[in-house]
Amino acid sequence: MATEIDERAERKAAVRRFEAERPRIEFGTAWEYSPAPESADIVRIEKRENLFIDGKFVPSRSGRVFETINPATEEVLSEVAEGGEADVDAAVRAAEDAHRKRWSRLRPAERGKYIYRIARLMQEKSRELAVLETLNGGKPIKESRDVDVPLAIAHFFYHAGWADKLEYAFPRHRVSSIGVCGQIVPWNFPLLMAAWKIAPALAAGNTVVLKPAETTPLTSLALARICQEADLPPGVVNIVPGAGETGAQLVNHPRVRKVAFTGSTEVGKLIQRAIAGSGKRLSLELGGKAANIVFEDAAIDQAVEGIVNGIYFNQGHVCCAGSRLLVQESVAEKVLEKLKLRIETLRVGDPMDKNTDVGAINSRMQLDKIRELVACGVEEGARLHQSSCALPTKGFFFPPTFFSEVAQSHRIAREEIFGPVLAVMTFRTPDEAVEKANNIPYGLSAGVWTDKGSKIFQITSRMRAGVVWANTFNKFDPASPFGGYKESGFGREGGMHGLRAYVELS
Amino acid sequence: MSGKNARPRNRARESGNESLQIRKTYKLYVGGEFLRTESGRADAVESPRGAFLANISRGSRKDLREAVRKARAAQSGWASRSAYNRGQILYRMAEMMEGRVEGFEKLLRETRGSTAAAARREVRAAIDRLVHYAGWSDKFTALLGTVNPVASSYFDFSVPEPMGVVGIVAPNAPDLLGLVSHLAPVLVAGNSAVVLVSEKHPLASLELAEVLATSDLPGGVANLISGRRDELVPHLARHMDVQAIADAGGDSGLSKLLGEDAAVNVKRVRRYSVRDYASEDAQGLDFIEAFVEIKTTWHPIGV
Repeated sequence: MATEIDERAERKAAVRRFEAERPRIEFGTAWEYSPAPESADIVRIEKRENLFIDGKFVPSRSGRVFETINPATEEVLSEVAEGGEADVDAAVRAAEDAHRKRWSRLRPAERGKYIYRIARLMQEKSRELAVLETLNGGKPIKESRDVDVPLAIAHFFYHAGWADKLEYAFPRHRVSSIGVCGQIVPWNFPLLMAAWKIAPALAAGNTVVLKPAETTPLTSLALARICQEADLPPGVVNIVPGAGETGAQLVNHPRVRKVAFTGSTEVGKLIQRAIAGSGKRLSLELGGKAANIVFEDAAIDQAVEGIVNGIYFNQGHVCCAGSRLLVQESVAEKVLEKLKLRIETLRVGDPMDKNTDVGAINSRMQLDKIRELVACGVEEGARLHQSSCALPTKGFFFPPTFFSEVAQSHRIAREEIFGPVLAVMTFRTPDEAVEKANNIPYGLSAGVWTDKGSKIFQITSRMRAGVVWANTFNKFDPASPFGGYKESGFGREGGMHGLRAYVELS
Repeated sequence: MSGKNARPRNRARESGNESLQIRKTYKLYVGGEFLRTESGRADAVESPRGAFLANISRGSRKDLREAVRKARAAQSGWASRSAYNRGQILYRMAEMMEGRVEGFEKLLRETRGSTAAAARREVRAAIDRLVHYAGWSDKFTALLGTVNPVASSYFDFSVPEPMGVVGIVAPNAPDLLGLVSHLAPVLVAGNSAVVLVSEKHPLASLELAEVLATSDLPGGVANLISGRRDELVPHLARHMDVQAIADAGGDSGLSKLLGEDAAVNVKRVRRYSVRDYASEDAQGLDFIEAFVEIKTTWHPIGV
């Protein structure tokens, strides 16, 4: 027994010596990048952006407006009309009329053709949409360009094809539309979330009133222009920007037949409570605190890339972010060492720079929340590791951060931070990993890293989460259903299962 | 009960060779055991004409909590049984019911005043329903699951998984068929259940516990609580370890409260108002689909 331990210690020491002596590629300061800014000239933002109701851009009835800024510079981009009760009412009525008179009567294949047309127009304007998304939301241009916009387009393409095939998805049922859908989307993927909401709703023959997030209304309004260009019948898509109050008016409007919400669990619960007994249909895509589990037999370098993608993608403003790393004790030291080096190489700064990996935090409010939780992590005794990168002096930025020595009970291990902050915990056995991963009210996503196929299937099937990534993280596709277990909400978006939220079956 | 009918049993008593009927004590069914309520409270059950039939336990918040605890403990084991095995156990439930047909019919006649023919139809329909769902155990996964053609190098698939602990507010009537119609699809999907049985006519449902107990269904997978709805429903709706509720209680006021309270942990609530439980529309894949979660797994393709 003793010799076995000695041998193991010796082997470990040998590995450590090898690691220490191995030549390393020096990243960080050794590699200078020249600025590679994307041009903002491609977009024209109106000084005043209006609501999109019944096919027209109109000011709010109350005349109220709010400023929308670029979170990377804090410059005002536009004044946006704020939807009030009268505006929400007008939009819902327009949607109801459009549903009754036009959209639900249209031949399904024709509905599909409109949606295809929207997808094509988005492709033509993809660069403009990407730039606008980055200017308004602060996410790196390479993500808007390579992830958000192409995926949003793909969602329209995918769902266009469902319009005349719904009966195949629900055999033995007569399929009909529900009516007016009130949809509320968050600020982390403004255009993509609008696409996730609008595309399936339209394909199933519903009409929509969509409220974009207060801080990121611009790409939804650009999508409204595309709907106009596509000659979409007026009232089929209505966009009413505003804050929480506008959202509440939409949810509570008696003529809204279906509510779809993506956002915080706290607000999701309020909505569920508010519409109980109303007969309105509801789907909720709420918060998460995903466990990313790394086993000792994983390809470690690949796993480190997955960890980085899981938590620093989109500044960690991702409901399914891998914000809890569970790493097997035997490789924890090695993984953390690599992670420390890796976050030094992340380029934090101007979102419009094509080399930027981590852009701006979406708002001052969110930045404050991240700072508060990070301070709390330090106070609770976890060990802070942060990239030493320089942050721009203007705008809202936060360096890539992770905590080691985190306990299950720490706030940073239980609450959704929604920022580039990772909580690292360790485990010894697969059972312990599963137990820790599931020991949280959320259940949106999870990641599993191991080289052993049978282990992947066993661990993924034991995760109480709606989306599980094996040896990858943060992958999305319109054909792939997305949504949570437990307090991460109910209903799915994407795939055949996503259609269920937008059809009436009899 | 009135003693007026000159039934043989009574005659025997009159003649002095009496053999007194052994009445059943109706208890809660929790964790595979027949228990009285911890609260010590009882409610009398009467026939439609007002004759005393039996006392039942008036289940309490603590009974409900205990039932959820047992249901939680039993759920993962039940879910990890093979679909084949779950199907066999549901079929076994039908077998056990078949052996007790007369008892169930009698209870329906006594408690609801059902005619002999109606009672027979309801019991037959309940047995058929169990057989129907027994056959679903190894089929619904294929029908509710998908392989998703994603535009990247991943094998991407979605499968139904049990939600966990499901609360069932069973209809007041038909008490037996209604209960079986909601319980069987919840169980076949691998969930465990905590059922609030018919408040008005609980006896046949509590009798069903004896079927559950003798069908190889692991203890705790199905738990039956009798008692008052207005007392129990809020606790069920607010319980943090219940994932979903099938609300077939048919009380819109209580349903609204249930829906509101269910938001505490984002419970999935499916409200049912089934017009005809005997109809084939009151069974099928939709009843199972309501109590599964869809999990999507991304598995890389490569060498």
